[in-house]
Amino acid sequence: MTLLQCEGLSKTYGKEGGYALDNINLEIGTGKIVGLLGPNGSGKTTLIKLINGLLVPTSGSVLVNGLPVGIESKNAVSYLPDTTYLADWMRVEQILDFFVDFYADFDKERALTLLDQLQVSSKAVFKTLSKGTKEKVQLVLVMSRRAQLYLLDEPIGGVDPAARDIILRTILTNYSADATVLIATHLIADVEKVLDEAIFINQGAIVTHDSVDNIRETRGQSVDEMFREVFAC
Amino acid sequence: MIRFSAEKPIYAQIVDLMQVRIMTGVYQPQTQLPSVRDLAIQLGVNPNTVQRALARLEQSGFVKSERTAGRFVSDDTALIQQARTTLVRDKAKDFLCTMRHYGCSDAEIREIIEGCMREAGEDR
Repeated sequence: MTLLQCEGLSKTYGKEGGYALDNINLEIGTGKIVGLLGPNGSGKTTLIKLINGLLVPTSGSVLVNGLPVGIESKNAVSYLPDTTYLADWMRVEQILDFFVDFYADFDKERALTLLDQLQVSSKAVFKTLSKGTKEKVQLVLVMSRRAQLYLLDEPIGGVDPAARDIILRTILTNYSADATVLIATHLIADVEKVLDEAIFINQGAIVTHDSVDNIRETRGQSVDEMFREVFAC
Repeated sequence: MIRFSAEKPIYAQIVDLMQVRIMTGVYQPQTQLPSVRDLAIQLGVNPNTVQRALARLEQSGFVKSERTAGRFVSDDTALIQQARTTLVRDKAKDFLCTMRHYGCSDAEIREIIEGCMREAGEDR
C-alpha cells in the first residue's frame, strides 16, 4: 500500500533562487525503511519539510496516506529535525510530559524504556547533556509516537560509531510493520544494512530509487560504493 | 554487530551466516529459530532482509516453518552434513589455490599444514 506519494513536486526559494527540488515523483509503501541519500545541499531536508508541512510546495503535490498535507496527515507523521528545538532548561522527564500533552499517540512507557536502554537519565536537564545524548533524547521522543511515517533528518549525524549502532537498533526495534521510516543522511555505510530501499537525490532531482538488494545484485557493489561513484567530483 | 561485505546482497550474506550456524550446531536440528524481529535486531539489519534470507533457507530445505509455531531447523541431518562437506571442501580449494599462487609445491603445502597443526597443539 502506498503511504507517501509525491507528484511533480517542486520548490524554489525566493524569486532568483534556482530549484531546491525539481519535479520529484516518488512513491513509498508501508513497512519500509527507506534511505534518502544525497550530498549536502541536494534537497533532502527540503523534501522532508514539504512532506511534514513545514514548507509549502511551489508546485506539485504530496499525499500522506492518501491525504494532502494538513492536520490529519500531520497526525500520522513523526518528525526528527536536524537541529535541537526543545526548551533546554527542561528536564528530560518534563519534555516527555510535554510530548504527552502534545501528541495523542505518544507512548510514555515506551519512551522511558528506551531512555533506560540508551542509559539516559530522565532527571537530567536537557542543556547539560552532550550533543550525542541530546540526539538520543530527540530520537526517543520521535520513535515513541505510534506514527505511520517517521521522517528522520540526519538521526546519526552527531554521534560516535558505537552510538550510531545503538540508534539504528532503536529504529529497528521500534518501528512497526505498518509504519515506514524515511532516513535522510549522507552517512550511507552506517545505515545501509537497515534499509529496504535507497533514494539517491542530487541537485533537487531523484537520481535512483531502488531496493538495496537490487542495487547490490545488479551492480555488484554496495550502496555506499555506488553513492561515491554517482556523486564523485 | 556483524560487518557485511560490499559485493553481495545482505540477505545472501545472512543465508551464508545462518547455514554456518546450522552446520556448526549453534542452531541444532529440529530446534526453533529466533523470530525474524529478534534476528534483525541481533544482526542489526532490516527485518525484511531477514525474512528474505529465511525464505531462501526454507527453499533449500535448511529451515521449515510450522504454521503457528514459527521456524525450525530442518531434521534432515544428511542435507546439513552434505552442505558442510561442500563448504569445507570449497574453503580447502580456495586455500590450495592461494598457496599454489604463492608458488608452493604440494609437498611443501602438506609440510606447512602439518607444521601449523603441531604448533596449534592437540586436536580439540
